[in-house]
Amino acid sequence: MQSWIPFIPESASTESSRVDALYFYLSGVTAFFTLLIAGVIIFFVIRYRRRTPHEIPRPIAGSHALETLWSVIPFVIAMSIFVWGAGLYFHQSRPPQNAIEVYVVAKQWMWKIQHATGQREINELHVPMGQKVKLIMTSEDVIHDFFVPAFRIKNDVVPGKYTTLWFEATKPGTYHLFCAEYCGMNHSQMIGSIIVMDQTGFNDWLSGNANQQTAAGAGQGLYQTLGCASCHGNTGEGGRGPALLGVYNNKVQLSTGQTVQADEAYLRESILNPQAKLASGFGPIMPTFQGVVTEEQVVQLLAFIKSLSSQPAGAGGAPGAQGSPKLPVREPTR
Amino acid sequence: MEEFKVPPPSKINYLNAEYGLKSWLLTRDHKRIALLYLGSISFFFMLGGVYAMLIRLELLTPHGQIMTSTTYNKVFTQHGIIMVFFFLIPSIPATLGNFLVPMMIGAKDLAFPRINLLSWYIYMLGGIVTIYALLAGGVDTGWTFYVPFSTTFSNSYVVATGLGIFISGFSSILTGLNFIVTIHTMRAPGMTWFRLPLFIWSHYATSLVMILGTPVIAITILLLAFERLAHVGIFDPAAGGDPILFQHLFWFYSHPAVYIMVLPGMGVVSELIANFSRKNVFGYSFVAFSSLAIAIFGFLVWGHHLFVSSQSVYAGMIFSFLSFAVAIPSAVKVFNWSATLYKGSISYETPMLYGLGFIGLFTIGGMTGLFLAALAVDVHVSDTYFVIAHFHYIMVGGTLLAYLGGLHYWWPKITGRMYPEGWGRFSALVVFIGFNLTFLPQFLLGYMGMPRRYHYYPEEFQVLHVLSTAGASILGVGLLIPAIYLLWSMRYGPIAPANPWHLPGLEWRTQSPPPTENFEETPIVTWEAYEFAPLDDVEVVGKFGERKAEV
Repeated sequence: MQSWIPFIPESASTESSRVDALYFYLSGVTAFFTLLIAGVIIFFVIRYRRRTPHEIPRPIAGSHALETLWSVIPFVIAMSIFVWGAGLYFHQSRPPQNAIEVYVVAKQWMWKIQHATGQREINELHVPMGQKVKLIMTSEDVIHDFFVPAFRIKNDVVPGKYTTLWFEATKPGTYHLFCAEYCGMNHSQMIGSIIVMDQTGFNDWLSGNANQQTAAGAGQGLYQTLGCASCHGNTGEGGRGPALLGVYNNKVQLSTGQTVQADEAYLRESILNPQAKLASGFGPIMPTFQGVVTEEQVVQLLAFIKSLSSQPAGAGGAPGAQGSPKLPVREPTR
Repeated sequence: MEEFKVPPPSKINYLNAEYGLKSWLLTRDHKRIALLYLGSISFFFMLGGVYAMLIRLELLTPHGQIMTSTTYNKVFTQHGIIMVFFFLIPSIPATLGNFLVPMMIGAKDLAFPRINLLSWYIYMLGGIVTIYALLAGGVDTGWTFYVPFSTTFSNSYVVATGLGIFISGFSSILTGLNFIVTIHTMRAPGMTWFRLPLFIWSHYATSLVMILGTPVIAITILLLAFERLAHVGIFDPAAGGDPILFQHLFWFYSHPAVYIMVLPGMGVVSELIANFSRKNVFGYSFVAFSSLAIAIFGFLVWGHHLFVSSQSVYAGMIFSFLSFAVAIPSAVKVFNWSATLYKGSISYETPMLYGLGFIGLFTIGGMTGLFLAALAVDVHVSDTYFVIAHFHYIMVGGTLLAYLGGLHYWWPKITGRMYPEGWGRFSALVVFIGFNLTFLPQFLLGYMGMPRRYHYYPEEFQVLHVLSTAGASILGVGLLIPAIYLLWSMRYGPIAPANPWHLPGLEWRTQSPPPTENFEETPIVTWEAYEFAPLDDVEVVGKFGERKAEV
């Protein structure tokens, strides 16, 4: 849209033109005040230059009216920027429910990407145009940052927790992916591409890469081999451990009497550090899986647990091992 | 070569009262300690400058021709650490502040002269430990030391560097403590709070930040060292810790530290603008209290460094709001300085050129801070060259320009010699042009998406990088010129009169250079700050002072 304006990066998401609009407003305000101050100073410096070495100008005490004026006007302008910026930020930090979910695991110095449908990529992310995409990100080592200038989005990728980003691409093309948080020797080579394709192209790409297990399918395999099933039940119906059916994004009563939302962060913590927040009615018998499973495997387990939630109760099992090219658009959880 | 033509200062002053290395290393005279600081700070500034030139040279090409990525990472880290902790933070307070705080309030010395000397030794010890770390192999964590990279993954001298910073922090605390006690208890008779020059107000505010903020960075560095050496787990998620906690602790000091760097600069500029337009500062009390407001609000905005760090959305909004609020007192200062010029009698000596340059560059630096406080825009530009450009406008365009302006302004008082005015004006212009050419392109680079701390970068960014390097070369030359002529003037400059600028401030009412006790007798202050009298009426305190008679 603003491609005729120099020094503005490509604009390829629904977010980018909104951020640019605020940027232009800020640039205008900055230019106005900088020129105002510079103009006033230059005018005064010339107009009131010293004409004789002896002149002593009359002192001027100051003016409460002026002080008020030049406190209030900047404050009002600052508040307009604050409200505008905070509104966009709030919107941007709330991923929509119907987004395609993609898992991102960062490590020195690469981006490992796993689609819910099973496709895996390194340093590349293929996404369809016109669909909302939500990234669920974590790091295996240090803090990284997922930065796509063309989408005007960025968020740190932090070890030990999940952070999210979402976007809706508006223009096919290949865009920069940068790591924006300094992460060591090859920080500047921890780069990649976001490839935005139209729907047909994306479907072709999906089916061309379909001979892989879905994330949930891989998670189901882990669920069995790690022995989760012996306590949580073959189909997640529960046993000595709490039931996993329908647990995702629902409330869990803790042994302390508190209630938590079973989001990705809670489920991850319960795998890696089960004693931290025990579900009410269950003993502290689950071993920790810290160091046993990688971040990518945790992500697969989560995908499996989520798939339990989105299936009608009793259907059991996970989606078939063969990823279907159908898009995994999840129903909003109620 | 022609030194016999220039008679040496005949009177006893603080420079010739005693001779020999011991008389300097064991001095308790705040003026001599200021010169010790001046020498050591200049050394660290040059070291940091060499790193800056290496960075700019390497970024001429997108693929890194001169050094490896590991070396590049060390170079930008060390540039930041040296410049922030060993130049910018002590720069104005430890040199100009040390020299002038007692003189401006009519005191013989700071309240605790031995502690003042101790603070220099602590600073030097911290500096030596840091230089040891650099020579032993350097450090590659970035000056921000973010965990877990710094605790677990970096193979460089993190703890040694941290120790150097930890030690030097105490010199900052001692200086702040000394200033606060001195300003409270040692003002000359008649020097009421609202007769204080604004330089004193801003140093008072700075000192508050120094003594309240610096202990936090000390604690943070200790925790970092414990974590790295003993793996206590406070920042490690696998052990129940939180890496983001480190960022909160780090910025709780390091954001207020920005005000440690820039508030003294604002104090210098208030002096320059008032004195070179012979006008009292417009809205004196607003400028004075805005310094305190900045010092207090400065402690409440650290979270704006964490907008994309997974901090809660609502915390982000509150920190954004407070960051906009802290911009207002800075804006008030800029408007008041501009209004001070109105109907003044303005002359254009070198210090004034630096002072005017400060207002322009600080305005741009401050306004671009609004981009970073605006949440959605910050998401895009944080960790890019936009941030680099913004804080260099505040720290180089602000602090460094004020420091140079102040150094020229008080040079006759400090050394008893005048600097060459023509060269001074010329180099001020070169610095201004070089600075803008270096950092204006970096704003554009940042919005285009160029991340900071990148050794290699995509080719589309090269043109702007080349412009920036060209600017840095001009800036380097602009800084080299004063280094040469100021050294030259110490020996060959014309003898400075007691009051070369015909000003009412107390520091101008004694001889140049001042005697060890500053004033022959304790001055009694009967005038307001910036109360300009006809040239002959500026009273000189004590018989040492020469009346200015070159009318």
